[in-house]
Amino acid sequence: MNAFFTLVARDLRLAYRRKAEVLSALFFFVVVAALFPLAIGPEAAMLRQIGPGVLWVGALLASILSLPRLFENDWRDGSLEHLMLSPHPLGLLVLGKICAHWLVSGLPLVALAPVLGLQFDLPPDVLGMLSLSLLLGTPVLSCIGAMGAALTLGVRGGGVLIALLVLPLFVPVLVFGAGAVQAMQSGLGAQAHVSILLAMLLPAVFFSPWACSAALRIALE
Amino acid sequence: MTMRWFYYAAPQTFYGLAGRLWPWLAALALALTLAGLWVGFGLAPSDAQQGEGYRIIFVHVPVSWMSMIIYLAMAFWSVLGLTFNTRLSGMMTRALAPTGAMFAFLSLWTGALWGKPMWGTWWVWDARLTSELILFFLYLGYMALVSAIDDVRRADRAGALIAIVGAINVPIIYFSVKWWNTLHQGASVSLTRSPSMAQLMLWGMLLMALAMWAYTLAMVCYRVRTLIIERERHTDWVQALPEVAGAKA
Repeated sequence: MNAFFTLVARDLRLAYRRKAEVLSALFFFVVVAALFPLAIGPEAAMLRQIGPGVLWVGALLASILSLPRLFENDWRDGSLEHLMLSPHPLGLLVLGKICAHWLVSGLPLVALAPVLGLQFDLPPDVLGMLSLSLLLGTPVLSCIGAMGAALTLGVRGGGVLIALLVLPLFVPVLVFGAGAVQAMQSGLGAQAHVSILLAMLLPAVFFSPWACSAALRIALE
Repeated sequence: MTMRWFYYAAPQTFYGLAGRLWPWLAALALALTLAGLWVGFGLAPSDAQQGEGYRIIFVHVPVSWMSMIIYLAMAFWSVLGLTFNTRLSGMMTRALAPTGAMFAFLSLWTGALWGKPMWGTWWVWDARLTSELILFFLYLGYMALVSAIDDVRRADRAGALIAIVGAINVPIIYFSVKWWNTLHQGASVSLTRSPSMAQLMLWGMLLMALAMWAYTLAMVCYRVRTLIIERERHTDWVQALPEVAGAKA
């Protein structure tokens, strides 16, 4: 477990020293969210209706942006091979990397989404559900995305390829995440959607490090 | 019997077997397609509610079945490839993918052709249509990943992993009609109860389904031969093949 926390702390420190990478994905999220009202028109009723979906899609695309770097830097400077040779189980280390990645790229999206939601005229309880659904959904995105990142490590055209591989797998998360916010908005209550999001989160956290380790072994053998 | 299976697991022996099989399978596919189309368009009665337009199901249903079955077959070969580390399974997965992608596309296309007169729209965002679309994307993702990696061994293993992960989607497609009660109707054919359609319609559909199976097997045999000969081109047995030696001379 010690190795896990050390790795998380190391990745957070590295991310802190390269702030631009983290901030550009966040900025991308803000810009994408601003494009929709400009394209569709500023009527409040329309914005309220499309808001949850637009913010979820924006968060999803922003979380894809940072994926190629998840293993890339470690792979280039050789520290990934050291991690794989270390006596600690690789799955645990990969889980550490996924956690750090989520803290750096997923959590800021969760924090930023309600602010952007105000631009779409969403009421407070819906904003709360938006944050909650993103809080449960973005870790799943990180878990699935990490697998795509491990599979495409060092492959030409990696960035686009990751999107092509993981976007279809992101669809259920998107459907139930945005669905939770819409259910809240229409007064139905989002309990069912939140339960399903949780039901996706738990197996994702359990199986993803395992699949990522297999993918990394394939990439580095 | 088990010995025979492993005997044909070697690309060299499977090359010969596939070469003997594929012309027969292709002929069988052609015969079954003609028979299926004849039953479907000539003999089967018109539907009480849908008139003649329903006849697209003779293509739509078998094609949709195959698009799911082929993905499961890819996942099966991927599991075999990752566990036993056989060379042939990667080639089989790769040979299956283009046919599966074609069937997924045809399923969406014929569904749209049926949807326009029956539902009044080419496309609805219904659970089954959406998950079939995702299946099509999964095929494309697999093919993109495999073709982006130059090292064939790594490409096969990486592709195997993504095929297995994507296989989660297949049961979702199959059961989506039961779980979400949306526009797409439930299954008309089931093993557990008598079918809710005329006998002749059922026969037409089954003939077409068998035709698609034969076509798929023929295509896979043909394609896997090309893959084998391409990957094993440095070996003596490929160089000694009459088609290779003859082409050089």
